[in-house]
Amino acid sequence: MATSTTAPDADQREPRAGAPARGPARRPRGPRRSLLPYLLLAPAVVLELAIHVIPMVVGVWMSLLELTQFHIRNWSTAPFIGLENYRATLDVNSAAGKELLHSFWVTLVYSLLSVGFAWLLGISAAVVLQRPFRGRAILRALFLTPYALPVYTAVITWSFLLQRDTGLVNHVLVDQLGLLDDRPFWLIGDNSFWSLLVVSVWRNWPFAFLCLMAGLQNVPGELYEAAAIDGAGFWRRLRSVTLPMLRPVNLVLLLVLFLWTFNDFNTPYVLFGGSAPEQADLISIHIYRSSFKTWDFGSGSAMSVALLLFLLVVSAAYLLITNRRRDDHA
Amino acid sequence: MSRRHLGIFTAAVLAAASLTACGGSGDDSAGSGKTLTYWASNQGASLEADKTILQPELDKFEKQSGIKVNVEVVPWSDLLNRLLAAAASGKGPDVVNIGNTWSASLQATGALVEFDDATLQAVGGKDRIVPAALAAAGAPGKPPAAVPLYSMAYSLYYNKKSFADAGITAPPTTWEQLAEYGKKLSTGGKWGLAIEGANPSENAHHAFTFSQQYGGEWFDSAGKPTFDTPQNVSAIKRYIDFMAADKITNPSNAEYAQNQSVSDFANGKAAMLLWQSAGSNLKTQNMPADAYGVAPVPFLASPPAGGKKVNSMVAGINMAVFKHTKNRDGALSFVKFMTSDEEQTILNRTYGSLPAVKTAGSDPAFTAVEQKTIQETLVTTAAPLPQVPEESTFETLVGTAMKELFADAASGKPVTEESVKAKLTDAQQKMR
Repeated sequence: MATSTTAPDADQREPRAGAPARGPARRPRGPRRSLLPYLLLAPAVVLELAIHVIPMVVGVWMSLLELTQFHIRNWSTAPFIGLENYRATLDVNSAAGKELLHSFWVTLVYSLLSVGFAWLLGISAAVVLQRPFRGRAILRALFLTPYALPVYTAVITWSFLLQRDTGLVNHVLVDQLGLLDDRPFWLIGDNSFWSLLVVSVWRNWPFAFLCLMAGLQNVPGELYEAAAIDGAGFWRRLRSVTLPMLRPVNLVLLLVLFLWTFNDFNTPYVLFGGSAPEQADLISIHIYRSSFKTWDFGSGSAMSVALLLFLLVVSAAYLLITNRRRDDHA
Repeated sequence: MSRRHLGIFTAAVLAAASLTACGGSGDDSAGSGKTLTYWASNQGASLEADKTILQPELDKFEKQSGIKVNVEVVPWSDLLNRLLAAAASGKGPDVVNIGNTWSASLQATGALVEFDDATLQAVGGKDRIVPAALAAAGAPGKPPAAVPLYSMAYSLYYNKKSFADAGITAPPTTWEQLAEYGKKLSTGGKWGLAIEGANPSENAHHAFTFSQQYGGEWFDSAGKPTFDTPQNVSAIKRYIDFMAADKITNPSNAEYAQNQSVSDFANGKAAMLLWQSAGSNLKTQNMPADAYGVAPVPFLASPPAGGKKVNSMVAGINMAVFKHTKNRDGALSFVKFMTSDEEQTILNRTYGSLPAVKTAGSDPAFTAVEQKTIQETLVTTAAPLPQVPEESTFETLVGTAMKELFADAASGKPVTEESVKAKLTDAQQKMR
């Protein structure tokens, strides 16, 4: 009996004996657990520093230097000139400042129009393709083609199409349809802006279409059914169901498209080369020309920093406004 | 700022930053020991053609010296940027080709080996090199930053049949004649003169020549820009007027930047062309050598006071060695090989250019009319572009201003003394 009573005692005692040992073991786990999130974040922080923060700091520093071909080999020896680069490039009374301001307006109008048209085309196509019908998959694939093509290939093809004498666009407009008497220029002069816009919309709208199509998948069918029972027509359903439900997608889509378009370098560079016509002289090309063609990297950096600040303000304002509206609606 | 606002702010910073970040690419291939990396400029009909032309010569060099040369042919549109990136990063090829007009600009970076007398001696000696070509290889008063490899000059190419059909018996010797002949030749969808209007470098070369003839300069003796002087305004207007006033140039030429003007000449769409060593290019476009004549670039009939008898820049390609090379001796021996009499003959004969060394001119290929004309021009009437560090900036700014003036002319907007001066003043103000 004694053994039978002591055994459970021993069993019960064992955990008790182990308890004090477990207690201190749990305590060191506390600080370790609080370190873990930082460890997990560390790679992201390191990459963030390397990819964004350090280049940004270097860019800001370069914008304060007179960095030309004389110092490019060892740029840390370039003379410090404070805000002179900003004064020279942002002073709208100087030739450089006037040109930058011109580029800024061209880029702003170009971006707003490009995003507007891309969004309109995207939403139209997404709504049309919402209902299943024969050939829908083929159309979807077709619509996404411009997005899938490599930028260079796509834009260089456009530059061939838009040549005045040998391009297909003038061939169709002038020779085949007879719509115009004289062959217009598309890659120089006033039309160059519209050519750039068309190519940009052509490249951007499939992305809008893709995002909006994905957004539409998440709209519950019951909402449309309920709206139909209430007698809502197509436009009413679009206004009261589709667009409100797509709001979160649109918020991100419009901001991202605007930022991409505002900074777009590939399209104008491939279409026009390093010296774009003044009517289509986007700010990205302008900065490239200052930095790499006229070898004034200090001014180029100053303009980049100014551009960054502008986009920062636009992005922050946009996000603040749209978030506030969302709160109001909630 | 609330936490959410902070989050929004951070997101905006990162979104904007990720979209404005720009990157460069480095090439960590500075040769050592038994290999060298060589960036060759595009001289032939294509990058592939150049590689095919150069490879047997590089193999020959490897057999002689035991040093293997890895060649990459770089298109002109990328070359200056690539050179600049290599100069800035201290990484890249050992030996490069540079357009000779960039010599002083690249020399200012301090990244190129300077060819002082001893270094020149190591590659064959200063006396072998054509003096005009050597003058276009670095800033005045400093040792050259490169060694001339191929020499070229502008000439006037004219279509013999078009001239005969129009009853013109000899090529024009003055711009006034050229305009007059051009009007006779601009009929039936064909044009008198083809121009590469959207190519800033090409424009800048003509800006230099015309300016010299009108007594102008693009930089004063202190190296300060003098873009908008009356002489330069007249010079640029004269060139643009071939399209704007004389109407002997197809307005479409205002968008040409990919050597389409050479194609137009080869295809008979234009009867005249101002170009450097166009012969090999015309041959690849199936224009037989007897279909065209080659004459010196015209002058003004009555030049103003101070006008110079200059009708071409000293054009050419130089060879430079980066200071960062780990095999300087090997690189110099490669330069010596490429500028040897034998290689100068082989390469220049293939490319239709002229040897940059005096000792290699006897090959029959260099006695053809085209080469004779280039030779004559280089010896008597060519001058080097201003060898100042800002030269590449001049090419960009003035060349681009001319591109815009051509665009105006093409779309029927008036090109006046005032509009030319305004563009040149703007360009000058952008020089720092």
